[in-house]
Amino acid sequence: MGNLTQTQIVELAAHLETAELEAYEVTKVTDDFPDMTYEDAFDIQWEIRRRKEARGNKIVGMKMGLTSWAKMAQMGVEYPCYGFLADYFSVPDGGEIKHSELIHPKIEAELAFVTKAELKGPGVHIGDVLRATDFVMPAVEVIDSRYKDFKFDLKSVIADNSSSSRFITGGRMAAPEELDLKTLGVVMEVNGEVVQTGAGAAVLGHPAASVAMLANMLGERGESLPAGSFIMIGAITAAVPVEPGDNFTVHYQGLGSIGGRFV
Amino acid sequence: MDTTQIQTLGDELYQALTKRETVAPLTSRFSDISIEDAYHISLRLLQRRLEAGEKVIGKKIGLTSKAVQNMLKVNQPDFGYLTDAMAFSQGQEMPISERLIQPKAEGEIAFILKKDLMGPGITSADVLAATECVIPCFEVVDSRIENWQIKIQDTVADNASCGLFILGDQAVDPRKLDLRTCGMVVEKNGEIISTGAGAAALGGPVNCVTWLANTLGQFGIALKAGEVILSGSLVPLEPVKAGDFLSVSIGGIGNASVRFT
Repeated sequence: MGNLTQTQIVELAAHLETAELEAYEVTKVTDDFPDMTYEDAFDIQWEIRRRKEARGNKIVGMKMGLTSWAKMAQMGVEYPCYGFLADYFSVPDGGEIKHSELIHPKIEAELAFVTKAELKGPGVHIGDVLRATDFVMPAVEVIDSRYKDFKFDLKSVIADNSSSSRFITGGRMAAPEELDLKTLGVVMEVNGEVVQTGAGAAVLGHPAASVAMLANMLGERGESLPAGSFIMIGAITAAVPVEPGDNFTVHYQGLGSIGGRFV
Repeated sequence: MDTTQIQTLGDELYQALTKRETVAPLTSRFSDISIEDAYHISLRLLQRRLEAGEKVIGKKIGLTSKAVQNMLKVNQPDFGYLTDAMAFSQGQEMPISERLIQPKAEGEIAFILKKDLMGPGITSADVLAATECVIPCFEVVDSRIENWQIKIQDTVADNASCGLFILGDQAVDPRKLDLRTCGMVVEKNGEIISTGAGAAALGGPVNCVTWLANTLGQFGIALKAGEVILSGSLVPLEPVKAGDFLSVSIGGIGNASVRFT
C-alpha cells in the first residue's frame, strides 16, 4: 500500500530525475515524506522510467543493488533493490565517461546475465535462472546517488533508481555451464593499481541468486524479465570513488577484461 | 644486536612456541632491533626446531597485502620456514588447544616446485616453469607475541607468524590457470565471510614466489624442488577457535577445509 498521492509521486519522480539529468545533489525523499512506503518508492522509480520512455529513451536492461550481505547488514535492510538501465547509461568498453555529467560517481565490478527465456516470479530459483541464461559477460557499473554524500535509506535509494547512472559491458561471453560462477574471480585496477578483488559468491552467495531475486521482486508488481533481458547482478567488490583523469580495468577469471576512463 | 642477544631471543620464541605462551613484543624491549637482526633470530628459532627433529619442507611469504603492509608501515613482504610438523592434510582436525595460541586462518594458493629456484634474476616465467602444481591451502597464522602486538621485526623474528597449514587434495598445473584472476571464497561455519582473487597478493601469487626466490637468493638460499611455497593470503585474516569449520574454494583449482578442535 502506498501513502503518497499520484501527484506527489509524479512530483518526486520529476525532482529526482532532474537531479540526475542536471547532476546536482538533493536531500533524501524520506526526509520530507517519512511515511512513504516501499511501494511508493518503486512507484517513483517506475514513474522516472515512464518519463524517460516518453522522451524516447529505450530501457536496455535491469540492475540489482545492495546485493552483498555486508552491505545489507550495514544498511539494516533485509532485501536488495533493483533499478533500470536506460540507453544513454551505456558506455562502450574502453570509452570515456564524462565526470561532469555525474555527481560523485563510484565504480563496481559486476557480471551481467543475458537471458533466452522469460523469468517471472514468484518462486524463481537459481536453477531457473541458469536454465534461462543465454550467456554471462563482464560488466562494470558506475553508480551515482543523487543524494547528498551518497547517504540514503532503502526507500530513498529505490526511488532514485538505485543510484544507476552508467555501465560498461564487454569482454568474453560464456555459457553459464562453462563457468563456476561462485568462485569466478574479479580484479579491479584503477590507474594501474589493484584496488579491489573478489569472487562471484560475494553477491548473495551466487550471482544467479541475484537474478532470481530480481525476477521475484518484479513478480510482486506483475512484471517479468522477458527473454533477451540484460541484467547486472550487483557489486562483487566494494564501490570505488573515481575522479576525472582516472582510468580503470577490471579483469574477470576466464572472461577477459573491460575498462574505461573518466574525463 | 650481538649473537648472544639473538640466540637468547630465538630461544625465548622457541620456548613460547612449545609452551604455547606469548612473550612481550621484542620491539617494546629492544628499540634498535633491525629487520636483519629479526631474520637472524628467526634462524635461531628454526635451528631449535631442527634440533628437535623437525624438517624444513618449504617456505611461506607473508605481508603480501597492501592493507597489512600499511598497517605495519612496511613496503615489502616477509618470509618464514615451513616444517613437517606444521603440515596437515585435507580432512585432518587442527588442535588449537595443543598447537596454537591465538590463531587466524587465511586462504592461500600453495605452489609445489619441481625445480630449484635461486635468485637473483628470477622472473615470473622462471617461477611458472619451475612449478609442478598449485594447491588450495589454509595457512593458520599464529603469533607468539602477546595480543598480536607486532611490528615488522616482531613478526619476522617469530618465523613470519607462521603456525600450521593444511593443503587441499586437488593439484592443478599452473599452465591451465590465470592465477591473477583465480577467485577465492572463504566460508566459516557455513557462512561466506570473504571473497578475493589472486591479484590481492602483490598483484598475483606468481609475483610473491618471484619476490621470495630473489630475496632468498641474496642470502644464498634456494627454493628447492619438492618444496611447498605458501604464496600469501588473498582475503582478510579470520580469527578461529575450537569448533570452527572453515572451507576455501578457489576458482579453477579446488577446495580445502579444516576443522579446529
